[in-house]
Amino acid sequence: MTIIKHELRQGRLAFAVWTVSIAALMMVCVFLFPEMKREMGAIGNLFASMGRFTAAFGMDRLNFGTLIGFYAIECGNILGLGGAFFAALTAASALSKEEKDRTAEFLLTHPVSRTRVITEKLAAVTMQILAMNLIILALSLLSTGIIGEEIPWKELLLLHLAYLLMQLELAGICFGISAFLRRGSAGIGLGLAAMAYFLNLIANMAKNAGFLKYITPFGYCDAADIVGDGKLNPVMLVIGALAAGIGIAAAYIRYCRKDIQG
Amino acid sequence: MEAVRISNLTKYYGKIRGIDQVSLTVAQGEFFGFIGPNGAGKSTTIRTLLGLIRPTGGKAQILGLDIEKEKEKILARVGYLPSEAVFYSGMRVRDVLKFSADLRKKDCRKTADELCERLQLDTSRKVEELSFGNRKKTAIVCALQHDPELLLLDEPTSGLDPLMQKEFFEILRERNKDGTTIFLSSHILSEIQRNCTRAAIIREGRIIACGSVEELSRTNARRISIHGQAEIAALEGVRDLQASAEGLNFLYSGDMNKLLAVLARGNIRDLSISEPDLEEVFMHYYDARVERSCVPYSHGKE
Repeated sequence: MTIIKHELRQGRLAFAVWTVSIAALMMVCVFLFPEMKREMGAIGNLFASMGRFTAAFGMDRLNFGTLIGFYAIECGNILGLGGAFFAALTAASALSKEEKDRTAEFLLTHPVSRTRVITEKLAAVTMQILAMNLIILALSLLSTGIIGEEIPWKELLLLHLAYLLMQLELAGICFGISAFLRRGSAGIGLGLAAMAYFLNLIANMAKNAGFLKYITPFGYCDAADIVGDGKLNPVMLVIGALAAGIGIAAAYIRYCRKDIQG
Repeated sequence: MEAVRISNLTKYYGKIRGIDQVSLTVAQGEFFGFIGPNGAGKSTTIRTLLGLIRPTGGKAQILGLDIEKEKEKILARVGYLPSEAVFYSGMRVRDVLKFSADLRKKDCRKTADELCERLQLDTSRKVEELSFGNRKKTAIVCALQHDPELLLLDEPTSGLDPLMQKEFFEILRERNKDGTTIFLSSHILSEIQRNCTRAAIIREGRIIACGSVEELSRTNARRISIHGQAEIAALEGVRDLQASAEGLNFLYSGDMNKLLAVLARGNIRDLSISEPDLEEVFMHYYDARVERSCVPYSHGKE
């Protein structure tokens, strides 16, 4: 517990900045919806006629004029990208920052096993991701209530669940990478998250690149699919869980044997 | 049971040598010195004992516990002072001390307060604002506050001013009197000579000598200083020769009669023959030309 508490305290500023930024952006978007809805005729046609670009963001299958359609595209991209970046950054630096900042020696010369260090750090990362998503969900629901729209509970919750799982998958993979790094975790984390995001865009644009959806965790976050199917793609979820599991296992195996340099 | 028992401990980083077949034992209650130049393997040895790096060969026990299998038990009973202490930025000194105590699941406040008072450490300061010396003091309190049975100190005095060094060694002597074993790594000889009873000398990853400090500093070599002239080129056992207009100065470990014969033929205005100080003996151990000679320890052989 001591390390969890320490991790949360060390990460509280980054957590606050990311959470406030993402939540604020999403709320602004929600507040824009009533105006968008009024002018929808023209805008809807515009968004629907941008060809591949329209497909990339799923706007060919979602109705921009409905709250869930609008929410899925606008807020989905904010939470999708923002959440992915936060999760990847936090997880990728979780273990490596101790060596980068040269505090590993201090931490690991106390009577705590490496396994415990890894477990508590992983727990701290997970808790931060959970807390961030809960706060954002609550504020989103609140702002939807404020603009007087009926809340599409099932789709909205499914969407948020998908983003949470996507962040956890990315975090699991990045956590594994973290165990191998000594520095430069931020670039790798951000790069990985951005790549996952763009892979999904490509999969949406090019029909024969559809298999990419099974690789990137954004595949099962695709709002058009979720709203259309009314459920998450179980195959993609299993693949994602496996990827996260492998990342976490790699973290334990690697970090327990790692030489800590002074 | 020994406080430290190392046998053939070896660490290679790929092909690069860390330490090679290091063996030594430190009895409980001992004040043990570990001397060697920079890069000799002092830190590698200590960091392997602490489980920060995995040995590529050999074994070691601390307080009777295996360094690989019982690492956490060892760490609970050991205090470690790194040569360069780094803490989490954003934390205050007292947070660091509390965090360290919490990781040990121990309430160390009383001892910590006493130590901070003696070392004049302001615990309200943020660690990133601390000078090197004050960071060192924080590390000292972290290493000592839980009353460990064994202290592993890696270059402990670097960064401390002379007054603080004195206070620090006074604390160490008190702890040692109360039964704490102290393993002091240093390249400062006087520190070892003043405080330690036994010492080991490490060079290029190998222990080259090990014994009581007195024994290590004893040698049959003599520092010869001559004012005047003498033909010493033919003499065997001359080292560290410095010639000047005034005369000659060198370390001699050969046959005394031959030296006297040579001097008698020369023109000597003044002569002094003295025991070399530990520093000189130490340099002799460092000298790469001197062959490894550990156990059984033999001194003065060239």
